[in-house]
Amino acid sequence: MDLLDVRPGKTVEDSRTDQRESFRDLASSQLPRLYSIARRLVGDDAEDAVQDCLLKGFQRYDQLKSAESGPAWLTTILVNSCHDVGRACARRPQAIDFDDVERFSLYRKIAYEDPFPYSDSLHLDFLGEFGPEDVHAVLMRLPPLYRIPLVLVHMEGFLAKELARRLDVPLGTVLARLHRGRKLFEKELWEYAEETGLLKEGTS
Amino acid sequence: MISCHDAVRQLWEYLDGTVDQADRALVEEHLSRCRRCCGEMEFAQELRRLLAGPVPADIPAEVQRRLNQTLEEMDR
Repeated sequence: MDLLDVRPGKTVEDSRTDQRESFRDLASSQLPRLYSIARRLVGDDAEDAVQDCLLKGFQRYDQLKSAESGPAWLTTILVNSCHDVGRACARRPQAIDFDDVERFSLYRKIAYEDPFPYSDSLHLDFLGEFGPEDVHAVLMRLPPLYRIPLVLVHMEGFLAKELARRLDVPLGTVLARLHRGRKLFEKELWEYAEETGLLKEGTS
Repeated sequence: MISCHDAVRQLWEYLDGTVDQADRALVEEHLSRCRRCCGEMEFAQELRRLLAGPVPADIPAEVQRRLNQTLEEMDR
């Protein structure tokens, strides 16, 4: 990665060419994984986010400490690229009544509405109606500001404090966004199920 | 002792392991005597599994081609 890597008989320019090749190998092998994370983070903007990540990664490749940390290093860049895309989307006005969201309980809503009258595992049956495509569609209904922390913690296994460091925001802010994101996710699951007739299909 | 409302409000954070020792003990004490909140906790665990489930889409061939092209054209 640095001039020490210049082998006997090779020029500095040769070494830079090797570096470019080595970045391409790393990025190319990681494309499906990066795209998959970006799809969940920013939906249809995934390609733009991955492209931004590739360009930034290429510019900063000399900052990579070791080949083994390459995938995690690219993930950090991708998260920030997705966050930038998300921030751009978040400027669109979104009227969310968070008092209403805070009062909502999916657990109680399912018990009250009783969509599966003959079931003795009502709540699990409700969740069982959601396939991967449905979960993805529900996540996309959340504003990126809340969706991104939720996906990174639950899908990628990030810790909240790690996320705060990577996104350069206070830990309290990440925790508050996670809390709101989870409540919104519950509410949107119910509304999605009602709007798409998921529960009717389940009982037919 | 804490109320059901307070216990349920902290369930996700409890499952994340981000509540402090004292609050953790209060949630556990509440769960030990409240069957309904145990149901809420099991539900929260299932919800988390749903959230962490498989990602639906593989990378489309056309997107992969365009991104590979971006890589090929770098620094030329």
